[in-house]
Amino acid sequence: MTDQPLFAAQEPIFPRKVRGTFRNLKWVVMIVTLGIYYLVPWIRWDRGPNLPDQAVLVDLAGRRFYFFWIEIWPHEFYFVAGLLIMAGLGLFLFTSALGRVWCGYTCPQTVWTDLFILTERWIEGDRNARVRLWKAKWDAHKWRLRLTKWVIWGLIGLATGGAWVFYFADAPTLLGDLVTGQAHPVAYTTMAILAFTTVLLGGFAREQVCIYMCPWPRIQGAMMDEGTLTVGYRDWRGEPRGKPRQNREGDCIDCMACVNVCPMGIDIREGQQMACITCALCIDACDEVMDKIGKPRGLIDYLALSDAPPDTLAERVAANPIGIRATGDASTIPAPGAPAPAPNASPVPILTRADIKGWKPQPVWKHILRPRTIFYTIAWALIGVALVVALFIRPEIDMTVAAVRNPTYVTLSDGTIRNAYDIRLRNKHGEARDFHLSLNSDEILRIVVEGRDDLVVPVPPDSTTRTRVYVQARPGDPAAGANRVDLRFWVEDLISQERAYVDTHFLGTESN
Amino acid sequence: MSGKRLDEATGTETTGHSWDGIEELNTPLPRWWLWTFYATIVWGIIYVILYPAWPLVSGATSGVLGWSTRGEVAEQIDAVNLSNAELIDSLTTTDLAVLPANEALHGFAIQAGASVFANNCSQCHGRGAAGVQAAGYPNLLDDDWLWGGTLDDIAQTVRHGIRNDEDLDARWSEMPAFGEMLEDEEITTLVAHVRSLSGLTEAPGTAGEELYLDNCASCHGDNGLGDRVVGAPNLTDAIWLYGGSAEDVEYTIRNARFGVMPPWQGRLGEAQVRAVAAYVHSLGGGEAQIGE
Repeated sequence: MTDQPLFAAQEPIFPRKVRGTFRNLKWVVMIVTLGIYYLVPWIRWDRGPNLPDQAVLVDLAGRRFYFFWIEIWPHEFYFVAGLLIMAGLGLFLFTSALGRVWCGYTCPQTVWTDLFILTERWIEGDRNARVRLWKAKWDAHKWRLRLTKWVIWGLIGLATGGAWVFYFADAPTLLGDLVTGQAHPVAYTTMAILAFTTVLLGGFAREQVCIYMCPWPRIQGAMMDEGTLTVGYRDWRGEPRGKPRQNREGDCIDCMACVNVCPMGIDIREGQQMACITCALCIDACDEVMDKIGKPRGLIDYLALSDAPPDTLAERVAANPIGIRATGDASTIPAPGAPAPAPNASPVPILTRADIKGWKPQPVWKHILRPRTIFYTIAWALIGVALVVALFIRPEIDMTVAAVRNPTYVTLSDGTIRNAYDIRLRNKHGEARDFHLSLNSDEILRIVVEGRDDLVVPVPPDSTTRTRVYVQARPGDPAAGANRVDLRFWVEDLISQERAYVDTHFLGTESN
Repeated sequence: MSGKRLDEATGTETTGHSWDGIEELNTPLPRWWLWTFYATIVWGIIYVILYPAWPLVSGATSGVLGWSTRGEVAEQIDAVNLSNAELIDSLTTTDLAVLPANEALHGFAIQAGASVFANNCSQCHGRGAAGVQAAGYPNLLDDDWLWGGTLDDIAQTVRHGIRNDEDLDARWSEMPAFGEMLEDEEITTLVAHVRSLSGLTEAPGTAGEELYLDNCASCHGDNGLGDRVVGAPNLTDAIWLYGGSAEDVEYTIRNARFGVMPPWQGRLGEAQVRAVAAYVHSLGGGEAQIGE
């Protein structure tokens, strides 16, 4: 062991098939997530003429994001930022309550790896057959199985990349273009890169991605505490382990079912470890075995560190030097961290192994409903409410005003003092609209639109127009000689009668 | 590193590093990681051969592909020019009088002109085109034009420059220095008369008017309205190219002042000259073409 190599060959993992509650849950999650991923670009949504009728579309060229009835413009990108913050808080919430539940069920790496293992099992057989094939010579049989598997993986990879590009263009049109070779090279390149990485990461790298590449396992450690539910082994009940019919005290029969089904190739009985993605397949495998040998389920279970009794009786006594009553009833044993009874309590009696074997965790709801998770939920919900409110009160008509301050004012030949403003008007409607500009101020000011005789700015459908607008004060009027005069620009959509305003200032000759 | 030993719990060798009693295990990395590392080295060597890499005293190794960032920018500029070729062509040939009517072409000209202005004109006329009064660089935002403010007038000025020896079509203003021709007293009276034309002071009476008609009216006009043919400024408006104080006006009368502007037709193409004219015209002082 002293001459340990710096680099070690990858240990191949051959997860065995497993049945049970969590496996079923994972199948459901896989079907739902893959279904969403593959089908969403095909949902149609009628937005009227000149607008895309795809329900979810990222229109990079037009700088628009369409999500069913919601249309996000670039200046409203805070919606996306808000959603990202919610996603982050959601991860905090789920991680603090349930550990790496994201990793185990919904992470794309997990979902696609699951899909690839399913394919592998379908073609090459279950664990034992796959181990045999791994060790077998590269004869025609092995080549045939391997090539079949790789071709199907390639097709899955291609479908993955193919679905991705549909989010960025009209899906039916793009599909036709892709098939006939008419699509943009970017579409083909994206598909090729995603197909390649899908096969590489899901087919070959698998658990290596989670252990060596992903930063999330490192970060999650900061979000979990001793009350977090993770997949764990009740060593106080299982140990010492031994084969059935051997003389043993623990419930674990060392059948290795939990190790054989683990897609990460770890032994959960060694305790909580970084490589565990809490997919809970070992719980299913162990429960099946416990049923067979007539022991209660839950030797491996969702449990928290705070649920575990101290490892040994001595430690247990050391942890709670006072107040432990050896009655054989676990319910009288105070949970770790419980307030200690009076210091003059009677001497500590010794517990029996039966006491520890019957040690029960806190109920699940106590792990999930904690101040920490409640705080995350409230913060998450507040941002969500703020976003929904912002979505409903955001104006249909939108104007930004940038005062031109280089120079601050211009003197015209008749002595008029003129300020310039760049006004951007957004028309979010599907047809052209005329916007009427007007001005409101305590002082006498005149408004002129560059290049126009009137104050109406036509804005083409679904676009933004920049217009230069001048505000003038006649020589001798108070505003002309003033330092700074408040003014308010009003804009009115002549069709919908909607109005909006922006406040700014007029600078006179005293401003210098 | 003398503390090599096996960790009791895992049987893994430790690195000998210990923090707060927590020891670091010497867990080997996967082998594919090693191969990825070798691959990056190979990639690096190939990259150094193909692309500019090693810095030399002046410049760098060129790489066998001959690629450079400058070359890439030149290619991108060529590509943009090629894609705009049609617009550039029609901008070069369109009558400037009807340019504003062609919305797409006019918009293109203003956009292109803004960058031409920033690169070539802003050094004197300022980033915001407000000019510099002390140095006699005219403000291009107002409605006062020495030589005219139509698109054609502006393009003509940009093309040939002002007071430029090398170009016979350049505009050329002449004002004599009156310091040696008039008595000090006469100059004082004349200054008062000129300033009274725009209402800055009281008129000094008929003596001033007489001096003005004898010396100034031939260029600036009997009423002081100026003459764009010879670039004589309007003396009755509120705009003073070199300042309107008594000192400024006196200095101008005694010594005369002339602005100089280089011709741009050699450095800018015709399309760029027209573009920057359209941009300046759009800054709030542009005048309509006669007959429009």
